[in-house]
Amino acid sequence: MINTNFFINILRFTLLVLVQVIVFNRLNFFGFINPMVYILFLYWFPIKENRVAFIGLSFLLGLSIDFFSDTMAFHAAATATIAYLRPAIMRFVFGINLEFQSFKLGNATKAQQITFLALLIIVHHFVFFTLEIFSFSNMLLILKKVFATGLATLILCMLFNTLFSVEKE
Amino acid sequence: MLYILLLIISLALSVQSHSFHQSKFFNSSNWITGSLYQTSFNITSYFDLKEENNKLVEDNKKLRQALYNIGIKDTVAMDTTAINYKVISGQVIKNSYSNNRNYITINKGKKDSIKQDMGVITDKGILGIIENTSSKYASVQSVLNQHSNINAKIKNTDHFGSLIWNAKGYATVQLIDIPRLVPLTIGDTIVTGAMSSIFPENIPIGTIKEFNLDTSKSFYTIDVTLFNDMTNLKNIYIIVNPNRKEILELEKETITNDQH
Repeated sequence: MINTNFFINILRFTLLVLVQVIVFNRLNFFGFINPMVYILFLYWFPIKENRVAFIGLSFLLGLSIDFFSDTMAFHAAATATIAYLRPAIMRFVFGINLEFQSFKLGNATKAQQITFLALLIIVHHFVFFTLEIFSFSNMLLILKKVFATGLATLILCMLFNTLFSVEKE
Repeated sequence: MLYILLLIISLALSVQSHSFHQSKFFNSSNWITGSLYQTSFNITSYFDLKEENNKLVEDNKKLRQALYNIGIKDTVAMDTTAINYKVISGQVIKNSYSNNRNYITINKGKKDSIKQDMGVITDKGILGIIENTSSKYASVQSVLNQHSNINAKIKNTDHFGSLIWNAKGYATVQLIDIPRLVPLTIGDTIVTGAMSSIFPENIPIGTIKEFNLDTSKSFYTIDVTLFNDMTNLKNIYIIVNPNRKEILELEKETITNDQH
């Protein structure tokens, strides 16, 4: 199924990487908050696509961010994790709705969309900062970073989501 | 499972980073990332040209003042074998200070004879050490990096210690292993020590902000406020020590002879 969908995803991938490394990695809000808006790729990715391709693509996305920000493979690990957990999170958030053929992210309620996005962000940031800091004595620092950066990411992702609505009817 | 495989790959790459040197491959000094950062730098560098120029003029003024007070010699030594340190200028094209391991990318590389383990400073003070190089770019391990470990001492004394970073705040670094018998005052200047073959002696680092004895009660842990504003870096100087190879060879030889 190589069609427009495929190209949209490629375009999204490239643009999100560029936006992330050129703009958001330099934000340093309050000295340490760098929102990770590239998570939107996983939020926007079609639900019924091949799962293996999805995890692979997410890993590549994380890895390309890693290339630019000198963070070894922390982004890649965190992004692959949420790509793997995405179906579970979706089942948790959308419940039975997910089974319908006509299910679309745009049709879900606002609260469901936000919960879905927030869960993705929390898991991602938690994995990322745990790997980055890598010590249990700094648990407080990890939690602080997860919370602060997560909030910034959530707000920005919601703004982007309204700006570039995927399927507006 | 693909996920497990990918997770293992990424974890392996990450664990590798906990060793002394960064991976040769995964860093922002390679060709693709370097040229992207260079393009973005070319655009953004116009915005603070005025401020940067003022900084450079200020630095020139300082150097001239120092020069006139020494008295200008009528001949300038051109014999390169007698030179202890060479200086190469460059610019920061990617800065980072909010992670636990911060790396800075600069627009000088192998082509400009930059090699691993050269010192990088700014007009105000110390910045870091070259970690990886590509043909046109190099990544610098910033002093704001948990792996960073630089020889430093208290100005005008010979009490030396190691400069490390505890990842709490981008304005302060820590100086450890200073014995407790050393008299310290808040505000004292910390400079680089003579034990390193990377930095020349007496390059400014910062001032003492606070000092406490460590758990063994025999050494001080000193919080040092950096002279450099790590959030605002552009023009940097790379220090080349042509004698470094000789020093390292000698040290190696001494150790091997010692073992026999």
